[in-house]
Amino acid sequence: MAAGFKRKEGREMVEMNTSSLPDLIFTILFFFMMVTTMREVTLKVKFVVPQGTELEKLEKKSAVSFIYVGPPTDQLRAQMGSGTRIQLNDRYAEPREVMDFVAAERQGMRNQTDQIISIKADRGTQMGYITDIKEVLRKSYALKINYSASRRN
Amino acid sequence: MAKKKKKMPGLNTSSTADISFMLLIFFLVTTSMDTDMGLARHLPQPPDPDQEDAQVDIKARNILYIRLNYQGQLSIKDETTQDAGWSEFSELRQRVKDFVRNEQNYSKWPEKHVKIIDLLGRCYVTDKHVISVQTDRGTPYDAYFQVQNELVAAYTELRNEISKEKFGREYQYLEDEQKDAIRQYYPQNISEAEPKKYGGAE
Repeated sequence: MAAGFKRKEGREMVEMNTSSLPDLIFTILFFFMMVTTMREVTLKVKFVVPQGTELEKLEKKSAVSFIYVGPPTDQLRAQMGSGTRIQLNDRYAEPREVMDFVAAERQGMRNQTDQIISIKADRGTQMGYITDIKEVLRKSYALKINYSASRRN
Repeated sequence: MAKKKKKMPGLNTSSTADISFMLLIFFLVTTSMDTDMGLARHLPQPPDPDQEDAQVDIKARNILYIRLNYQGQLSIKDETTQDAGWSEFSELRQRVKDFVRNEQNYSKWPEKHVKIIDLLGRCYVTDKHVISVQTDRGTPYDAYFQVQNELVAAYTELRNEISKEKFGREYQYLEDEQKDAIRQYYPQNISEAEPKKYGGAE
């Protein structure tokens, strides 16, 4: 009796079975892999988007192409000056190059009529640049556009 | 021999959890959950080169001019305004709503006419109205964006009013056909005039 009691006290605690832990973590991992969107371009312009109240979410990420408009980032300012620039993919571009950009982006899309162009422009941009871009977008029949903005509280 | 076979150890998987944790943390760090938001707009079809002078004549009472100068100052003008001074952004929404609604069928605001719309029946609508937004090349983008935002807000409020009256729900909760009917009642007619060419280019 006494021996049995002693043995019980000395027994190690039963370890938790952790064999399913990797599976669990993998599941979370896959979730994050699904929802993650890695920024594929390095920003060469800096911008603060305007604030609005009537915003809609950009639903179909695969159908969205971005046009960035703003002054060059601080690192690039020494070479490029501080004038407004338009960035397409990884480089600065002229408004007329937007047409090629739109066509190239449209290539890989399944439903080409769904194409949305999101314009991420700095608040202080002069409308001339935006108007030029819009004119080219019209000509290239990319008619669905989206003025990127943040929500105003 | 038999003893040796029995002792064959399984693959040690205790580090799998650590590896997947590392991956998980990597994705946690790189992920950007913030959804991109913005003001959705439709551009008009490009002008047809064959029909160069297809200028549509619009009655003066049907047009509301919204102008933004290079300093981002706003002027709103319709048939009622004599001397268009600068206006505040805060009054823009109400001005647009009053103009588009034209409740009293006022002769200096857009004309109303009978239109038969599915689900709504005979309606007096002002669907010939046009809101003309004009900007200068130097207008700050923010000012333009705020105008667009207010215009969308005004239309949303108008549509909500009519859809609450007819269907008892806000516009965004309606069925597709109902939305279509409301859209026919209050179509968004925002025109952005062709930008003026200031010489030089092309």
